Formats: sequence, structure tokens, C-alpha cells
Amino acid sequence: MSLPIGMPTAPDTTGQAAGTEPGPVAGRPRPPADHALARMGRAIRHNRKATTGTVLLLIFLFAALFPGLIAKDSPSADAYAPKLGLSTAHLLGTTAYGQDMWAQLVYGTRNVMIIAFVVGLAATGIAVLIGVAAAYLGGLWDGSLSLLTDVLLVIPLFPLLIIIAGYAHGGGTLVLILVITVTSWSYTARQLRSQALSLRHRDFLEAARVRGERRLYIIVVEVIPTMTSLIVASFLTNALYAVLFASSLQFIGLGDPNTQSWGTMLYWAQNNAALQTGQPMWALAPGACIAALGAAFALLNYAFDEIGNPALRPVRRKRVTRA
Amino acid sequence: MDRGTVRAVQDVSFDLDPGEFIGVVGESGCGKSTLLFAIAQLLVPPAEITGGSVTFQGRSLVGLTDRQLAAVRWKDLSVVMQSAMNALNPVKSIGAQFRDAMRAHGVTSKPEIAARSAEVLRMVGIDPVHLKSYPFQLSGGMRQRSMIAMAMLFTPDLVIMDEPTSALDVVAQRSLMVQIKELQERLGFAIIFVTHDMSLVSHFSDRLMVMYAGQVAEFGPTREVFDAPRHPYSIGLLEAFPSIRGPRLPLTGIPGSPPDLARPPAGCRFAPRCPKVMDECRTTSPALYQAGRVQVRCLLHSPDHGPDQNLRNGTPPPGSATGSVNTVAAGGGAAGSVATEEGSGDE
Amino acid sequence: MRFALRRLGFFVITLWAALTLNFLLPRLMPGNPALAMLSKFHGQLGPGTLHALEVLFGVNTQKGIVAQYFSYLHQVFTGNFGPSLDFYPESVTSVIGSAIWWTVGLVGVTTVLAFILGTGLGILSAWRRGGRLDSVVPPVFVITSAIPYFWVGMVLVLIFGITLGWLPTQGGYYVSTDTPGLNLTFFQDVLSHAFLPAITLLITTIGTWILTMRNTMITTLAEDYVRMARAKGLPGRRIMTDYAARNAILPNLTGFAMSLGFVVSGAILIEYVFNYPGVGFLLLQAVQGEDYPLEQALFLLITVAVLFAILLADIATALLDPRTRTAG
Repeated sequence: MSLPIGMPTAPDTTGQAAGTEPGPVAGRPRPPADHALARMGRAIRHNRKATTGTVLLLIFLFAALFPGLIAKDSPSADAYAPKLGLSTAHLLGTTAYGQDMWAQLVYGTRNVMIIAFVVGLAATGIAVLIGVAAAYLGGLWDGSLSLLTDVLLVIPLFPLLIIIAGYAHGGGTLVLILVITVTSWSYTARQLRSQALSLRHRDFLEAARVRGERRLYIIVVEVIPTMTSLIVASFLTNALYAVLFASSLQFIGLGDPNTQSWGTMLYWAQNNAALQTGQPMWALAPGACIAALGAAFALLNYAFDEIGNPALRPVRRKRVTRA
Repeated sequence: MDRGTVRAVQDVSFDLDPGEFIGVVGESGCGKSTLLFAIAQLLVPPAEITGGSVTFQGRSLVGLTDRQLAAVRWKDLSVVMQSAMNALNPVKSIGAQFRDAMRAHGVTSKPEIAARSAEVLRMVGIDPVHLKSYPFQLSGGMRQRSMIAMAMLFTPDLVIMDEPTSALDVVAQRSLMVQIKELQERLGFAIIFVTHDMSLVSHFSDRLMVMYAGQVAEFGPTREVFDAPRHPYSIGLLEAFPSIRGPRLPLTGIPGSPPDLARPPAGCRFAPRCPKVMDECRTTSPALYQAGRVQVRCLLHSPDHGPDQNLRNGTPPPGSATGSVNTVAAGGGAAGSVATEEGSGDE
Repeated sequence: MRFALRRLGFFVITLWAALTLNFLLPRLMPGNPALAMLSKFHGQLGPGTLHALEVLFGVNTQKGIVAQYFSYLHQVFTGNFGPSLDFYPESVTSVIGSAIWWTVGLVGVTTVLAFILGTGLGILSAWRRGGRLDSVVPPVFVITSAIPYFWVGMVLVLIFGITLGWLPTQGGYYVSTDTPGLNLTFFQDVLSHAFLPAITLLITTIGTWILTMRNTMITTLAEDYVRMARAKGLPGRRIMTDYAARNAILPNLTGFAMSLGFVVSGAILIEYVFNYPGVGFLLLQAVQGEDYPLEQALFLLITVAVLFAILLADIATALLDPRTRTAG
């Protein structure tokens, strides 16, 4: 698990490009929320990282929703001869228990995607709530919420997760989801707070305040839509964490070993010394999938960072030859 | 977001004589800062020079690498930027930054460095004890002046200043301007001074250039441009600054806003806002016409319209480079430079 | 001065939070897990040990929770973490003592290396934007930083350990043939065993350093003072280091500390894959063996280590940034 790369530190999401002279824009100032999603769609198509990430994500989504269309065997039935190699009948061979590995891989996608999306949404929700509240309530509220966030940030999460999961004697997916959500929102909360703070003094918010709008209205209707791109990035970050943390916990046996999931496949593979006994696929395949899904989230995240901050975009260097 | 190529500066061309003070005024986004950076070869991708030339002391500067430019930089040509808080390295002391500049140009003896640093600081009225200070420890005015002192280290022939007074209060502004003018008279360097405050610079400059939407709107001796502006934009600018001692007049601004330089309008760029607009202004792009000792980019002063004209408009004399006039200044160790550019910035 | 006090205060609060978490967790879980553990070992434990466990886990005690809390704190601060149940009768402190050096060596060295190489590559990559290095770096490292640590370990085990047989893949040294000591064979042995785990940790963590450094460097390069340095005709290398990198690295130092938590997690998993006898491996053994005293102590240890690293990063920031020293 590593830090989500490319998370904007003090991001400016209203689309101000970093240029030498801000170009004059004719006409009235546009309300920021209007164009955010449309811009995002266009940006995704233009950015190679974003398209790769999206394609990968869609593939996994499809596998999660319609596993039966891709894998014809049942993942749990130990109906075949064990330790078979790759063949057309068994695309990845069979496990030491005689189960079809390809089926396990495909069916396992659902568990991972559920964890990724549920934790992603929930953790992002908490992060937005706490981050924005801290920025807007200010004073003692901000102080205590920020302290809570920072403390949680510093306490090593994985050991904590291990201990909690250990006490719970390895719960099922629900326990995993709960535990990971409750502990992993702090990083994104911090960034959201930071951006919310920088937006506080923007003109359009001052205008809303002067109009007499109530604080809650301002927060929900004006601030949060402006932060859309960071919120999306936070979701991607949290989803990435969730996948990595959950798989790791399942790998060391703290998830329910009987669920169909990539992490549990790895657990069984490790238990059966797959690498050492000539069954490398058992360990390589699920790991590769975790890496691919993680890469999808990470690529999308990075692409969003480039989109939000044009200074980070790929630069094509040209030599000035005229004299 | 991607709006296409923005032509930030177009068809700007002038000669600079040794010791001359040229003021460049215009509103935000008119291209004046881009012009400065282009001249000093300090543009950063995606901005780049797409045409024209910059000739300084007989050499062309465009296309040279940083290493090649280092010979000229700071010794003959220095730069003063708008905000010293941003232009000075926050983690190094003032003295250390002076030292870096001097060491980069071959001055290595410590006593020499110390002496010269103290000398330039005294020139701008700062106690040399502040060489040990960090930028954040100085007041705004002191920071700005130490930046000017740094620009004086090698008594260059040309100093380019990008709104050096804009970050200061009115009183500090004036005192800084006086100081700059005094240094100029004492040391004899030329200045290109960019600002949005026309009245401030008009007291000090020899010639005044008004820019609008990336082009030169009016250019000529300061007194002429200031006292009798010809371009409707310059007129509007001056009327927006009522005199403190004059009669009370209703405040008139210039309605509308500058055009989007990614999609410049056909015809004159000021037409949508011009109080004297004519039909042909919207279709014909005016060239720079001569009106007395001043150049004006306005159809009102074209040969077909205005009073007596020297028939020199913007067409280049034969044998020069693409686009516009291109002269090489005479030698004598002075700064003679021409910028004829179409700098374009990608937004 | 105030800055230092605030950071110290944060340190103390976080430590307190970790201690309290440790205290609360077993008591909050349905059916105090410690009860099960105690019944398993009943009869084998002496009264002193039993008492220590009671204080740590709140079993069989008539005291109110507040009183429990204070006896817990008192016990922890006197360094008594009880016996390790997996390694009975060794005490927790002694068990940790033998494992800790393996982890410090592996993780410490690798992290420093990853940081140095990573920031260096990040700086260069940003400095030569549009160059060959920069077109390769972001996509490659974006992907490597999303790969689960343990998987990289497994792949390396497969390639270099099993298929090619170049390097050992288990343990810290050849337990059967070597005795620990200051001799060359032992030393070489340790190095060869540490190689694969170290490379794994390096590969997976370096991406973060490179990318965050590159990003802050790019933003810094757009600053006016960098443009000014160019205008002064300063040599490129000096601009890159003294003007750009020195400023760009500052926000990363605090980030460095934050991400230590992740280095720790990675280390745990890597030690697991390689059976490397460090603190992370110990933690997993403890969890699987339900050795709660050992778990608790390890959790505290890891938290304290991370806090120390953060303190170090803060000191480094103060040294490098004159603004923090004088202001507040």
C-alpha cells in the first residue's frame, strides 16, 4: 500500500490554468459546477492515462456483474483433478483442491469491487463531511476535527486493522468493509479540508454570503460542487486503499477464507506453498488482478490530477529555431 | 482548459536607445508581461516565441540556450519582478542570493562580493546589515528595493521591470519610482518598465507604449501620448484617472472587457468597446499608422482618414525578417534592442 | 519555539490515543477475547503474570474502568507488557528485542535508500520535463505504487528464488547452518537473505517518493524566484538544487512521515512473504496465535516509531526552512 500519488495539495479546481498571463475571458463568469462534469468527460477522452484506467475499470465491472458470461465453471466446486496446468478446459488450471482457477478469479471480482466501491463511497462521504465541516465551522470544531484526523493519519493503519480483525477472529466482508472505512478516511479528509479552506475566500462564496444565504446552503450548493474533482479523486484514492488493505487482510487470513475473492485465493495459495510446489498461477493471477485494478484507480487519479493542474501535463518540447 | 493557441503578443516592435526609459502600459491580460519575458528569454513552456527577433548589443537573443545567454544575463541585462516576496528565494538570505549572482559571473573573492553587495544595498537606501536577513523578514518596500539593488550588481545596460511598484502602497510606490529614476540618471542604464498605472510611469518615462489585446495601440514620446492621446483606448485610459486637482468630472470607464486572445475578433480588437467605432473597424485590422511623432493603431489615423500622415505604416521595408521592422542598434556598448515578436502563449 | 511545542504536544496526544485504543479494543469486542485466551493458558501462568494480563485486558477484575485505565497506563510505563503467550515463558519485551533489529535493518536502510533515490529521480524528472526520463517515469511509477507489496515479493521469490535459485527466499539467515555472530559468513548470509525483501520494499515504495517530489518540483519550477534565478544567469544545476529542490522538498518532508505508516504496512507483508524474522512477521504470528499481549506491545512500538520519524521530519523541516524557525 502506498500513498496515493498525485493527490493535489492545494488544488484549484475552477479551471484556472497556470499560464504566464491569464487570458481575458469575455462575458459573465460561469458558475463552476455547470461545466465540471462535461469537462471531465472530455478530459478523460483526451488523456491516455485516463482512458487506460477507465477501460480496465470497466472490464472489472463487467466481470463483477456478469461472471457467468466469462467463466462457465463454478468457482467453489472442487470437481476437478487438482493441480492441473493451463489448458483450454481450465484457462488457469486448477487449485490444489481441484477447483477451476479461472472461475475463482472471475467470480472473485465481485467481492473486490463491492469492497472497493462501498468503502470508497463511505470513506469519501465521511471525509467530505469532516473535512468541509472542519473548514467551515472553524474555531474549536476545526481544531478538534483536525486533531482527530491527524491522529488517525499518523497511527499506523495496517497494524491497527490487523489487531482489530484479529480480535474479531476474522470477520466476513462486512467486517472488513466497516473496519477499513472507519480507519482510512483521514488522508482524504485532510486534503478536502485544505481545499475547502482555500475556497472560503473566493469571490463567488463571498457573494453568496453577502446575499444572505445560510451557511449550510453555501456549503452544499456552492462549495461542494466546486470541489467535485477533488471529491472524485478522493473516491479513487479510498477505493484503491480499500482494495489493497482488504486483499492484504484476506491474504494473511483475517478475512473469511471461504469467500470468493482475490485475496482469499492468495491466502490459499500461500498456505499450499503454491510458488514452491509448481503452481505459480495460483498466486500470480489474483495478484496481477489486484495490481491491475489498483493501477486503474491510480491511473485515473493521476490523470485527474493532470486535468486539474495543467502545469503537470505532458510537455512537448520544441526548440526555438528562428532568430 | 484547452482553448487553443493564445497569441499573447503580436506585432510589437521598437528600438531602444542607451539610457532610454520606455514605459509599457495596459490592463491585465494585454500581453505586457509576456512581452517582457519574451525579451528576456524567460518564457516557460507552453509559452514560446513564435516569430520575430530580439537584438541586444548586436546579438540576437532568440533561440539561445540558457548557458549561452548567461554571458549577457545580469551583467548587461537584468530583471526586476513584480513581487519580491515571490521573486526572492524564501530559504536563502539576501546576501546569499547576491552571492549566487556574482559567483555565476566569475566574481569569487569573498571580500569583493561582500563589498559590492553592501554597496548596492546602500545605493537603494538599505542598511547592509540586512544581507543576513531572509526575504520574509523584510518589509515589502525593502524587499522590492533589495531586488532592485540585486539588479544593479553589475551596472547593466538594460533593466527590465515588470510592475515593480504594484505590490506597494501609494507612498512607497512614488518613493521607489524616484529612487529608480535617480539610479538611472546616475548609472545610465535603459529601462523597459511595465505597469498598469499610466499616470505613475508618465512622470518618468521618455517614451510611452500603450498595449491592448496583445498589440501596440499607441507608441510615442511620453508627453505627446499622455497630453494628447490619439487612440480611443488611450483616451479612455486617461479619462479614467481624473486629476486630483482638476475640475470634478463624472468618472468614465471603458465598458466591456478585452477579447479572448484564443479567438481574436476580425478587424480592430478594440472595436467592440470603442466609442468612435466605424463600420470598417469591424472588418479591417488597422496597422500601426504614423501620426506626428506618435504611432497609432487606429483607422481614424490611417492615410485615408486622418490629417497629415507620413505614409509609413506597418509594412516592412524590403529585406527584413518576416512580419515587421527589424533593426539592429548601433554599438558603443549601449543597449539597442528591437523586439518584433509574435509571442504566443498556450493557455 | 512554539512550533516545537505544538509538535511535541501532537506527539503526546497521538501516543495517548494509541495507548487508549490498545486499552479499549479488547474491552469493546463482544465477549472479551482475552477471556478465551486466559482459559487456554489457565494453570500454566503464575499469579504475577496473571495479574499483569488482567491489567492489560481487563479480565477478572472488579475495578471500575477508570481505575483499570490508570493501572494499565502505570503498567505500560513501567515497561511491563506481560508474557508472550506464543513464546511463553519469554516476556514480550524480550521477544520483541530479538526481532526488532531485523526490521530496523531491513526497513530502515531500504526506506532511506528509497527516499534518496526517489526524491533524486523526482527532481531530475521534473527538471527535464518533456525529456525521455520524464515520459517514462510517471506512468511506470503510477502503476508500481498501486501494486500490492506482497505480490511483488511473490513474483521476485518465483523468479529469483525458485526458478533461478540465485537468492534465498526464507528467513533472515540459514538457521540450520549458521550461528549469529560477528563473522563474515553470517554477514554475507544476512545480506543475501535481506536482498530480495529489500528490493521488494524498494520497488514498491520508491514510486511514491518519485511522484510526489516530481509534482511539487513542477509547481516550484513555475515560481517567480526560479524564473528570477534563470534571469540572473545562474548555472542550471544550482537552480535545480538550491532554488527549486530546496523549496520543493519542504512539503514532502511532512508527507514523508505520513507515508511511513504505509512503509510499515508494506514491511509487515513483505516480512510475511519472506518469513523474515522481523517485527512485522512477529505481529502476524501473534495475531494468528492469539498472543494478545505481544500484539498490543507491537502496536504501541510501531506507533512510537512512526511518531519519532515524524518528529525527525519536523526537525529537518525546521532546519531547512528559516520561516518555521523564527515565525511562531
